[in-house]
Amino acid sequence: MEAGTFLQNVWFLLIGVLLAGYSVLDGFDLGIGVLLPFLAKTEDEKRSLLGAIGPVWDGNEVWLLAGGGALFAAFPPAYATVFSGFYLALMLVLFALILRAVSLEFRAHDPARKGLWEVVFVGSSLLPAFLFGVALGNVVAGVPLDTRGEYAGTVFTLLRPWPLAVGALGLCVFMLQGSAYAALKTDGAVRERARRAARILAGLVFAALFAAFFLVLVLYPYLFDRTPSWLVGNFVCLLCILFLVALKKGRDGLAFFLSSAIFAGLWGVIGAIHYPNLVRATDPALSLTVANASSSPLALKIMLVIALIGMPLVVGYTVFAYRVFKGKVRPGEGGY
Amino acid sequence: MDAVFLARLQFGLIAGFHFLFPPTTLGLTFIVVILETLHARTNNDAYKRLSAFLVKILGTVFVMGVATGISLEFAFGNNWAAYSRTVGDIFGAPLAAEAIFSFFLESVFLGILVFGRDRVKPKTYRLSAFLVFLGAHLSGLWIIIANSWMQTPAGFRMEGGRAVLDDFFAAAFNPSTLVRFVHTILGGWMTGALVVLAIAAWLTLRGRSADKAALLFKPALAVFAVAAVLQLGTGHAHSVQVTRTQPEKMAAFEALWRTENGAPFTVFGIPDEKNERTLLAVRIPKMLSFLVSFDPNSRVLGLDEFPKEERPPVLLPFASYHVMILLGLGFIAMGAWGLWLQARKKLVTSRGFLKLLIFAVPLPYLANELGWIAAEVGRQPWAVYRVLRTADAASSVVPAGNILFSIVLFTIIYALIGIVGLRIILKTVRGGPDGEAATAGKGAV
Repeated sequence: MEAGTFLQNVWFLLIGVLLAGYSVLDGFDLGIGVLLPFLAKTEDEKRSLLGAIGPVWDGNEVWLLAGGGALFAAFPPAYATVFSGFYLALMLVLFALILRAVSLEFRAHDPARKGLWEVVFVGSSLLPAFLFGVALGNVVAGVPLDTRGEYAGTVFTLLRPWPLAVGALGLCVFMLQGSAYAALKTDGAVRERARRAARILAGLVFAALFAAFFLVLVLYPYLFDRTPSWLVGNFVCLLCILFLVALKKGRDGLAFFLSSAIFAGLWGVIGAIHYPNLVRATDPALSLTVANASSSPLALKIMLVIALIGMPLVVGYTVFAYRVFKGKVRPGEGGY
Repeated sequence: MDAVFLARLQFGLIAGFHFLFPPTTLGLTFIVVILETLHARTNNDAYKRLSAFLVKILGTVFVMGVATGISLEFAFGNNWAAYSRTVGDIFGAPLAAEAIFSFFLESVFLGILVFGRDRVKPKTYRLSAFLVFLGAHLSGLWIIIANSWMQTPAGFRMEGGRAVLDDFFAAAFNPSTLVRFVHTILGGWMTGALVVLAIAAWLTLRGRSADKAALLFKPALAVFAVAAVLQLGTGHAHSVQVTRTQPEKMAAFEALWRTENGAPFTVFGIPDEKNERTLLAVRIPKMLSFLVSFDPNSRVLGLDEFPKEERPPVLLPFASYHVMILLGLGFIAMGAWGLWLQARKKLVTSRGFLKLLIFAVPLPYLANELGWIAAEVGRQPWAVYRVLRTADAASSVVPAGNILFSIVLFTIIYALIGIVGLRIILKTVRGGPDGEAATAGKGAV
């Protein structure tokens, strides 16, 4: 398969970085959303958990928009194929993201329907946390494309075993990330529950990883010819063990760093398996790749300038904002 | 039903709903920056209270804007896959740049604005307010860059049916970008300023925190009145630009069926597209020619210059454009009246005017939407002017049923969040600047 030019490869990498950034950052607030009923029992506990994500979830979600925008700009045909092809699945993700965005605000200010908005928040965190992985699994395993590069499957094509396993793996990692952040930001009973959940989830991530691994072995042996993916995969397993050690020693900050590294490492595995494909087609000749589906060199260059100027600034003030809100959540803080 | 029609209907619905929020944010952030500056200058704690009060409202408006904005980024791929393939080389970059340069900035510092009052120094807080203001305006710039490129595309060549970028700055700062940017921003300032004026008027009429409400009038009225007058200038400049670069659009705005030397301005009329005439027309002779070139006898192109299949519809752009102008003139009058009352120190006692401020709140929203409708419908039948037809821009693999299904869900969800969001904003307003809801950053519950 044809490798890309320097700029095309850089953009494959950068989109991976943006999506990994999204997973690490919005990952913890999605995860906390899913875990909310398990981690928090009383109103005060819920408030402290929601207070931990209140000031930052919105900035976290921008990583997804930046990743999506970058995919659109750098590889328009891949963006067009996936978004029009996976129409109903992505509509579900979209409706969930819309409801999730408002549900936190509404829960805080619409006391008569607090319970309802809480259910909406949990559900609309769960759905994307699962469906992102399903979509990714499909793109990596291969979907039917026609000669114009348009999706030729149906919504049921998306629900194959391996993509579902990747969805389950993704959901577990999102929850792992959420539990690690919850442990870091809270005290008392919530922290204890978060630590217990993190231990269980680390095991689940391990199990889901192996399930995905064996399904690939059986169903898509052609995904196995990449040495780097093996190396990174083993590294991720090592990180899971280190995560458990850090957790046991009560090093919450280190544990959160490690769970972030696990998430980023999984993106490394996916990238190593997937390159140079953007959307793998069932017939490999029809795959959308960095070489055949990219924007013009000038557009990629302009985009790179934008990213090189913009992203260091973004990282800089994001770090600043996290430092402003660092430490355990103060009682009543966050307005939730 | 036809998939292209449904895709257009859906985009109109979700973009139109989304466009309620960003203009509010533009104006509100401006007033918040002014209040923070006044607080620093005067050390009067009332300004801080007022700023915190408006930030609370800003928080809700911003969240609604975020929630409804995601849909638009999805929509280009969902419903307009052919569009994305054809012009993604140029159109994608501004959307990505919007996220990287502005949306991050806005979101991250809004977090500090809403939740961090007690955690940062006053100076840092002021800077955060300014950065949210800056982010909101930069965001507007990138979106207007993207949309203006659809109106007056530049800086590209066609290659194998795809638009390919030739010159980034020519594409970004195409002939309509700057004037449309300023025009949109001023519309936002008026919207946000009138919202603040209406809140101040309501508090004053209710006698609630009246001393603090009184402090809101001056900055908000200044922003509103100045923006309204400036808008006349940008509106004029924009019309001149449209006449030059999209003459059939101006012909539709003015229902000018035939090219004329010394074309009239139609003050009122009902365009009859079938028979190419305007019923009940009230015209000012030579006025249109005068307005677009300051020469009453200049030649203005009519719709007859253009093949039928390349003409925009007339009725909707004509009506939207004219009502928008009428509203714009009304805003100037309102601003002038307010300034006159204020100069005579009668503003807070003029109950009639205060009530007008409250009932006028929907009008800038209406003007924003009408301007947008005129611009977008006036561009038809093109998605990208003379480059790509709307009919050729839609996704070919998405069945009409799927689009209809999503339209139904959008309608339900948007109606729901629209109602709840509005109620929350009204509740915050009722709490007033001294209410518990206003103590942002201190844990409001």
